[in-house]
Amino acid sequence: MPTIVTVGLGSCGIAAGASKTYDKIKALKEADKLDFQLKKTSCVGMCYREPLVEITDETGTYLYGEVDADRAVEVIEKHINQQDPIRDYIVYTDLFDAPENDFIGAQIKIVLRNCGYMDPESIEEYESREGYEAIKKIAAEKIPREVVIDTVLKSGLRGRGGGGFPTGMKWKFANANKSAEKYVICNADEGDPGAFMDRSVLEGDPHSVLEGMIIAAYAIEATGGVIYCRAEYPLAIKRLNIAIKQAHAKGYLGKNIFGIEGFNLDIYIKEGAGAFVCGEETALIASIEGERGMPRKRPPFPAVSGLWKKPTNINNVETFANIPWIIIHGAEAYSKYGTEKSKGTKVFALAGKVRHSGLVEVPMGMTIRDVIFKLGGGIKNNKRFKAVQMGGPSGGCIPEFLSDTIVDYDSVNATGAIMGSGGMVVMDETTCMVDVAKFFLDFTCKESCGKCTFCRMGTKRMLEILDRITNGKGKEGDLEKLEELAYQIKDNSLCGLGQTAPNPVLTTIRYFRDEYEAHINHKKCPAKVCRPLLTYKVDEEKCTGCMVCLKNCPVKAITGERKQKHLINQDMCTKCGVCFSKCKFESILLS
Amino acid sequence: MRIVRINPNEPTVNGEVQDLSLLDPIIAKHKGKKGNMIPLLQGAQELYGFISKAAFDKLSRETGIPLSDMFGVATFYAQFRLNPVGKNIIKVCHGTACHVQNAVEITESLEEVLKVKDGETTEDRFYTLESVACLGCCSLAPVMMIGEQTYGKLTGNEAVKIVKNIRLAGSN
Repeated sequence: MPTIVTVGLGSCGIAAGASKTYDKIKALKEADKLDFQLKKTSCVGMCYREPLVEITDETGTYLYGEVDADRAVEVIEKHINQQDPIRDYIVYTDLFDAPENDFIGAQIKIVLRNCGYMDPESIEEYESREGYEAIKKIAAEKIPREVVIDTVLKSGLRGRGGGGFPTGMKWKFANANKSAEKYVICNADEGDPGAFMDRSVLEGDPHSVLEGMIIAAYAIEATGGVIYCRAEYPLAIKRLNIAIKQAHAKGYLGKNIFGIEGFNLDIYIKEGAGAFVCGEETALIASIEGERGMPRKRPPFPAVSGLWKKPTNINNVETFANIPWIIIHGAEAYSKYGTEKSKGTKVFALAGKVRHSGLVEVPMGMTIRDVIFKLGGGIKNNKRFKAVQMGGPSGGCIPEFLSDTIVDYDSVNATGAIMGSGGMVVMDETTCMVDVAKFFLDFTCKESCGKCTFCRMGTKRMLEILDRITNGKGKEGDLEKLEELAYQIKDNSLCGLGQTAPNPVLTTIRYFRDEYEAHINHKKCPAKVCRPLLTYKVDEEKCTGCMVCLKNCPVKAITGERKQKHLINQDMCTKCGVCFSKCKFESILLS
Repeated sequence: MRIVRINPNEPTVNGEVQDLSLLDPIIAKHKGKKGNMIPLLQGAQELYGFISKAAFDKLSRETGIPLSDMFGVATFYAQFRLNPVGKNIIKVCHGTACHVQNAVEITESLEEVLKVKDGETTEDRFYTLESVACLGCCSLAPVMMIGEQTYGKLTGNEAVKIVKNIRLAGSN
């Protein structure tokens, strides 16, 4: 067996410098005529160890972490030329105890089954890993549409975009509406800040999404397919285009595909133009039609009247990526994972103040604590875990004392947050919850399409109150006013954006009321984030009198001589924080 | 809601008057097709970097799409620009993960060194500084993107260094 060297070239890897690593290894291979195969793959989820290089030789597989160009030279010299693997750099292997063995071992990979294990730009590699076998099985065994739908229904798969509606049910409705023209749409408009699982799947395994769409198209008799992908993901779009071209060349898209008489399907990519509300299905359809992406009243649901007023089925990237696996392995194999009402696995994007930020796929039913501490490795810099934000702008903050909540749709909903698309942003003691609530409100306020008055005006008014509170001008009664507005917005908005926009505020008031009260009543920010509520002082022990803060202070509030302790004049200080960020000796104190 | 206005000034990029005939192939390609409005606007923006009043007028006149409809779509989506931009666009991510890891510092440091506010273009038209919602590179937070290159695990000082280096390389 030839030795294979694989470099992870997902967006995260490239940002960490993986292209330079790849080029270096390629140059070494060519210069010294080294005998190994050099391959590319995508993100394996271990983003915190990027750039990653995997070497497979006859002794086994070794994953090297943090391989910059210099380290690449070392690894190639030792491992390839001297056949002496460098243990200190190996993060994962099945041959001995490596630091990240638990990270991989604790996961069940269904959606991410191919991500990081194959070249996403090669249809042959996808096919060598059960690729297109699901649709070929359907064609060979002449499995009727209804049976395919029934399998998806029995698997218990629920929409992974956030809604959690049973996928099989959606297909059933779309199938029930007969029309000569029907559409299947893949929602790849991952707008939720803090979530990146769809990007990773599209970059790492685009064919599985195409195959999922082809199966859906077969099940509902769709005649056309559209992938609505956000323009902020250029690499995902590039790899999808390659995949579509390859599928056409193999006859997997086009006319009478897979030998099924009358099964014609083309799929094209529609680049989103940047609007969060387009994740809502009726808004997404309006956007594909070239209009303003504003949601409309349902019913009629897209299953009855969707794209170009034809029956349409919309699923999310992760949902589609599950489908081929379910068809090949059966509904029971899938539903044996998970809880009573939430089956299978879920991909989570771990980010924020967590040590191992990256992608993990775990069975539904794991506790939030296990996801963050067992897989995520706990909190960075030994700080205290405070809360985890789930569901993005539609979700909420789950406090530490509820972290034994299990991840399934209903348990997460009970906390006031939502499962959403699976973003988990971890927060520690240095995160201000009022500031987080303001951050999300600012986002939804900008992204509100403006159709419903309560959402358009209400989010603005709530934002103004939060702005006041974080600027030290909070008043008694502000919290009650926030809650009243929140419930009015939830009750009087047409689409999911408005109905859920107040959730970040409501959950933080519910679990962190004391922090709001500290801001309003005592004009203090306990996490020391809201600058107008802080006092800046010079630590006389540490100050070296270097004059950097003094020179940078925009209002000349700092006085002192070279090599003498400086002083901040509190009456003049505008609390801009420049002295704090410029001081190299940590001698500016916050209180 | 985003609030944007059409730039009433004469359409020039780096002092040159826009060649509106460049729009002709785009109009020919999309005219009369359903769902053509976004591709038309995207095409115009790709040509000039932004959509000028003259470009709006020409598109509307030759495709028959009312100006109000076009303007409605152009101001709805974050992608469309109604003002000229710099040669390089710096997108500083302000997604959740970046926000809790001090993305504000990145923007503030860049504002200081480039002498522009968020959303503005430097005097020499080399840089436009923008805040974006999420680049999907949360594991490397805080991040920024210049062109197609993403830079991760930044501090204010590092961001400034990167921006200065690109400018040095670009002016040589």
